[in-house]
Amino acid sequence: MDIRALKLKSVEYRKTILDIIKHGGAGHTAGSLSCTDILNVLYNHVMNISPQNFTDPNRDRYIQSKGHSVEALYTVLADKGFYPREELYTLNRYKSHFIGHPTRKVPGIEQNTGALGHGLSMAVGTAIAGKKDGRSYRVFTLLGDGELAEGSSWEASMTASHYKLDNLVVIIDRNTLQITGRTEEVNSLEPLEDKFEAFGYEVRHVDGNDIAALVEIFGQVPFAKGKPNLIIAHTVKGKGVSFMEDAVKWHHKVPNDAEYQQAIQELNLSAEQVKAAV
Amino acid sequence: MELGQSNQDVFAETLLELAMQDHNILVVTSDSRGSAKLVPFGQTLPDQIIEVGIAEQNLVGVSAGLASAGKKVFAVSPACFLTTRALEQIKNDVAYSDNPVKIVGISAGVSYGALGSTHHSLHDYAALRTINNIDIVAPADNFETREAVQAAINHPRPIYLRFGKKPMYHLHPLDTKFEIGRALTIHEGHDVTMIATGEPVTRALLAAQILEKEDISCRVISMHTLKPFDTETLLKAARETRAIITVEEHSVCGGLGETCASLLLRHRFCLPFQIVGIPDEYTVTGSQSEIFDHYGISAEGLAQTARQLLQMERQA
Repeated sequence: MDIRALKLKSVEYRKTILDIIKHGGAGHTAGSLSCTDILNVLYNHVMNISPQNFTDPNRDRYIQSKGHSVEALYTVLADKGFYPREELYTLNRYKSHFIGHPTRKVPGIEQNTGALGHGLSMAVGTAIAGKKDGRSYRVFTLLGDGELAEGSSWEASMTASHYKLDNLVVIIDRNTLQITGRTEEVNSLEPLEDKFEAFGYEVRHVDGNDIAALVEIFGQVPFAKGKPNLIIAHTVKGKGVSFMEDAVKWHHKVPNDAEYQQAIQELNLSAEQVKAAV
Repeated sequence: MELGQSNQDVFAETLLELAMQDHNILVVTSDSRGSAKLVPFGQTLPDQIIEVGIAEQNLVGVSAGLASAGKKVFAVSPACFLTTRALEQIKNDVAYSDNPVKIVGISAGVSYGALGSTHHSLHDYAALRTINNIDIVAPADNFETREAVQAAINHPRPIYLRFGKKPMYHLHPLDTKFEIGRALTIHEGHDVTMIATGEPVTRALLAAQILEKEDISCRVISMHTLKPFDTETLLKAARETRAIITVEEHSVCGGLGETCASLLLRHRFCLPFQIVGIPDEYTVTGSQSEIFDHYGISAEGLAQTARQLLQMERQA
């Protein structure tokens, strides 16, 4: 899929995310919007994951450690054909499998997450199994930046490096916000690159909302033989909707009718701009 | 009774035998291979042991990831750390995500008696019982240990195995049939029943032998599986004997005893009943054996509890 098509997909995904959160009455709005482009590129360009190969032991794996941004994941999986798009509109409904954090009852989900600091260890285990079995699959996991305060992420990082897991790709959704405020004010993370390098990762930076840059960086994996890959994806929380961007209050706020209408208008305009671009 | 090995030794030996036949069997340790008697396993099958260092949360998460890729994984660490520090990983990564890891708690209960409460696991039954989709097995002797490890290999659900470090007496004839979820009656009786789990089963049997000399007939049941619970065997004991005593190396809160009490009441049984375990207090210091004796988890202590319950029953 070309860059332009991927860009248009991101716009459509964002519209769907807002639509289902509004319809469902709850959701992690801004975090889903910040990682939309990452998921788009992973599922439509990088990973060999589809409904047809989901039980194939050689498929790539994706584990969303920042489970709360599940609306983005549900949206992308619907588009990939794991289930009809209409099912997204059961989000948060009584007895729906489409709940506020990933669950394997939804087709396409690898692991149940939601408690932070869990995804990386599971990804490490899956990557070790791949090495042991001589399989070619890669394991991708998306972590929030606020999540990095969980010590278990660093335990897992030590193991990733110890076992030389170059089949592991860790992506940090570095939107610099968490529910209380700036990550650097809550419990500072920087210098993040130095920390990850000290833990044995081969680190790259990318604009996590730039489709072309994401395509480029994922194309470089593995970055170094025998070292786990880590991408600090610099993103904007609430990306794509002006009044949601970089605003802490949109962490899990649901848009009202007027806000929803304005957001959709802005996203439609973005789509027009992509189409108009030469 | 003949003294055997520690259940941990039998666990390690059995696992090594099985793993030599099946390279998909993996052990994950948190600097715990020595305590778990897994040094020979590591030397014989270095490709089948994964060390993560002193990091129990990571131990369980990594094990879940391995299991999701088709590995038969034993995550082994002292029960005290494994089931508290990594409880959220057991709950979410293993049980909720349905990754069939075999969680193995070693040196369980008050095996590390004199090391203090940091090293005791008197909460693990209670904590794990409330988590959906994980079975709980505490073998009493070498036979039950061997059988439980063999059964765990292809067990379709997550399972918790709990082992102690003291040599155990052989309790079963060799032709005994073991099944997860099916209690074993090791001594028949019709006056009183002792339902025990894990290492205290031996003490219950010794108590039954004391009582026998006093013409008190005591049934002894090894309730090796706490989940799924063998309700049928419990209710049969309630119908056929006049009092029930539960015995466990665990807090009296939330373990075997309260499981039985709840089931008995729900099935409308009202009979003399006592939970023998570690009371809800700052645990006394000493060896495992001394702690057992202190809290009446001894042959004479249990025999005395039985006499008291039967006295109560006669007075009622």
